Amino acid sequence: MSTHDLEDMGCGTSSAKSDRQSEKVLKAALVIQNWYRGYSARLKARHRYALTIFQSIEYADEQCQMQLSNFFSFMMENYTHIHEKDPEIVSRLFGSTSQNNEDKQDYIRLIEVPDSYKGPRLQFPLTFPDIDLLVDAFKQQQILHARYVLEVLFETKKVLKQKPNFTHVTTSPSKEITICGDLHGKLDDLFLIFYKNGLPSENNSYIFNGDFVDRGRNSIEVLMILFVSFLVYPNDLHLNRGNHEDFMMNLRYGFTKEILYKYKIHGKEILEILEDVYTWLPIGTIIDNEILVIHGGISESTDLDLLQRVERHKMKSVLMPPVPLDGDRHTTLKKHKINAMAMPREVKSSTSMSEQLTKHEWEQIIDILWSDPRGQKGCYPNTSRGGGCYFGPDVTSKVLNRHHLKMVIRSHECKPEGYEICHDGKVVTVFSASNYYEEGSNRGAYIKLFYDMDPRFFQYQVTRTTCLKPLYQRISAIETSAIRILRERIIARKTDLIHAFHLQDLSKSGKVSLGQWAFSMENTLGLHLPWRSLSSHLVTTDTDGNINYMSSFQDIHIQKPVKEAQSTLIETLYRYRSDLQIIFNVIDSDHSGLISMEEFRSMWKLFNRHYNIHIDDCQVDELAERMDLNKDGSIDFNEFLKAFDVVHKLDKKHKSKSSFA
Amino acid sequence: MTQEILLAEYHKKIKEAFEVFDHEANNTVDVREIGTIIRSLGCCPSEGELHDLIAEVEEEEPTGYIRFEKFLPVMTRILLERRYRPIPEDLLLEAFEVLDSSKRGFLLKEELIKYMTEEGEPFSQEEMEEMLSAAIHPESNSIHYKDYITMMVIDES
Repeated sequence: MSTHDLEDMGCGTSSAKSDRQSEKVLKAALVIQNWYRGYSARLKARHRYALTIFQSIEYADEQCQMQLSNFFSFMMENYTHIHEKDPEIVSRLFGSTSQNNEDKQDYIRLIEVPDSYKGPRLQFPLTFPDIDLLVDAFKQQQILHARYVLEVLFETKKVLKQKPNFTHVTTSPSKEITICGDLHGKLDDLFLIFYKNGLPSENNSYIFNGDFVDRGRNSIEVLMILFVSFLVYPNDLHLNRGNHEDFMMNLRYGFTKEILYKYKIHGKEILEILEDVYTWLPIGTIIDNEILVIHGGISESTDLDLLQRVERHKMKSVLMPPVPLDGDRHTTLKKHKINAMAMPREVKSSTSMSEQLTKHEWEQIIDILWSDPRGQKGCYPNTSRGGGCYFGPDVTSKVLNRHHLKMVIRSHECKPEGYEICHDGKVVTVFSASNYYEEGSNRGAYIKLFYDMDPRFFQYQVTRTTCLKPLYQRISAIETSAIRILRERIIARKTDLIHAFHLQDLSKSGKVSLGQWAFSMENTLGLHLPWRSLSSHLVTTDTDGNINYMSSFQDIHIQKPVKEAQSTLIETLYRYRSDLQIIFNVIDSDHSGLISMEEFRSMWKLFNRHYNIHIDDCQVDELAERMDLNKDGSIDFNEFLKAFDVVHKLDKKHKSKSSFA
Repeated sequence: MTQEILLAEYHKKIKEAFEVFDHEANNTVDVREIGTIIRSLGCCPSEGELHDLIAEVEEEEPTGYIRFEKFLPVMTRILLERRYRPIPEDLLLEAFEVLDSSKRGFLLKEELIKYMTEEGEPFSQEEMEEMLSAAIHPESNSIHYKDYITMMVIDES
């Protein structure tokens, strides 16, 4: 409050005038402040809404990924054709890839690094200068030669194999530990962390808590820096496995593509060894016998003693749960009500009981990699992601007490401030990829643990430009990006949405109430979002406040690779694009990018049945035939899927996203 | 629209806005976010009025968190009574013109800072910096308030 008013009272007309003036100034200031605070709050809320959209869609995608697991089981039980022609598929999905170590090593040694190669040259055994060399080289955007990539992977696997499932570390007065969360291929964030906190060394210990790869464009560079640092300081740099250290996840979320793009000749070999290296990553770290550091979370049945004993390398992928064998098969088949005629032959695989984890062991690991903490008490299946569970504060207390621990440090979830504390201080989330969804979406953070002190948090955010745009422009950009991907989801379900709207609008007037619109959107898309608040971005409203529901389908459409193809077919193929990509990649065991028309047809039939899609086989056949451009009986499935892309009518310039996903 | 349906719609709208800030999904939000939630629903209480509202929705013994059950009836009432209506554009322009006593059409950076941080319900340093980053004309170091207002209005529509 201004001090003028009360003091100058009763001192004559000139001060009365200045009183009135200062009162006007006071009121004017109040108006502006009031308006600004309202505006600023609405900006903050818009930011939050955008993040909610990004997160919902991300988790819905993960759910799809988990559902693929069911499809693969279904496929294996019904795809007799593949059994006959390609027993490789079975071993790919359910068995272990035969890795003859000596052969691999010889193969690697045969790869020559030409003199013309101007990138970084590593010297084995690796030493600290190699870390520096790599960081400098990657800052100049050089690519590490495949020979070195393979050697690093090979050596890393050897050293990781000697590590237990949980590494025990201790802090001491001279030794502090830094814990980093998800990096997801964001090299700039890793550089920023090293800049602020120093490179790893015997006195500068690090724990990287999983999800080093996927989504960002420098996953391989991040991985190489981490692995090289690990090889130089195997007792001071600790790596925990995340849910993205999984070759099936890499297929969907971009790392596989990145490798095949950057390493056109040796990409396949890199992918093969990588698959194996992942399985040898430890499950977690325990600090001072007090703090459990794991990627995802826990469940009420989490049993660290069991997890310490488990043969962790048998956990190949979240999409490859243990298969019931021999005697169990018949029960499984009966469960799926498979037609007797479609009974497959004996599965010729090298899978035996000893090569798999038990179901219980597998679930224990899934819980560690996929679970999320929540405020509600109890332990519930994590329906957003489709795997792991939601665990409440009571579960945390119980599990921590059971194992005489005090705290869980985990990652796995993007937080606007880079970190978040919950469950009464017992659970800490740390996430190290700033700008994860979009430029400006969130900060990154890391935790420092000092001897006998509370954890300290450090935040940062990578910025592309030296001069930051004003806040409203940054938030506007994030908002636009979020709405854009949401509209892509909407167009992918156009037919189902219109059907849902018609149920509410029997006269087909084209209008429904806001409540009816929100209900239909939420139910059809399966995304829990603040629809009422978002409606102004997605639809037009008439003067009575009713929604013109068809307006969300304007300004955006899915390309049609072939004119005559029906819209339901196009929508379905667009919607399942990622799933189909993974399935095709699995069928294409030699990574050629091609599958035969026969394989495509059989696979499609199965897909149709399992996902309950009502599309005539002949329609897809026709489409595929048109796509077989060189008429040689094989389909380039990447081209096939690329054809189903969304076009935003109001896109003036082609916006190319800088990720491989 | 019947009163019942209107009320149900208000409830859903309030729940949506609340949930976005309910990070642990347990029907509570940090008390420091209440102001943002109320304002995101289109209301513009002053800082003083906000303070009173928080007192209304807080627990007997403040925990730092506000529960949805306490927030909903209070917020519903505010919406029904159409309290804390936003400042119309023309009134905002008038306010700037009052501060611009010599009617130049702009305010100098130092002048705006003085008014915003010394008068009314003063800005924090963060709020001041934020406002300046968008409002300041980099070359002249002044705020051409008419353009600024237009820009903000467009951004929100």
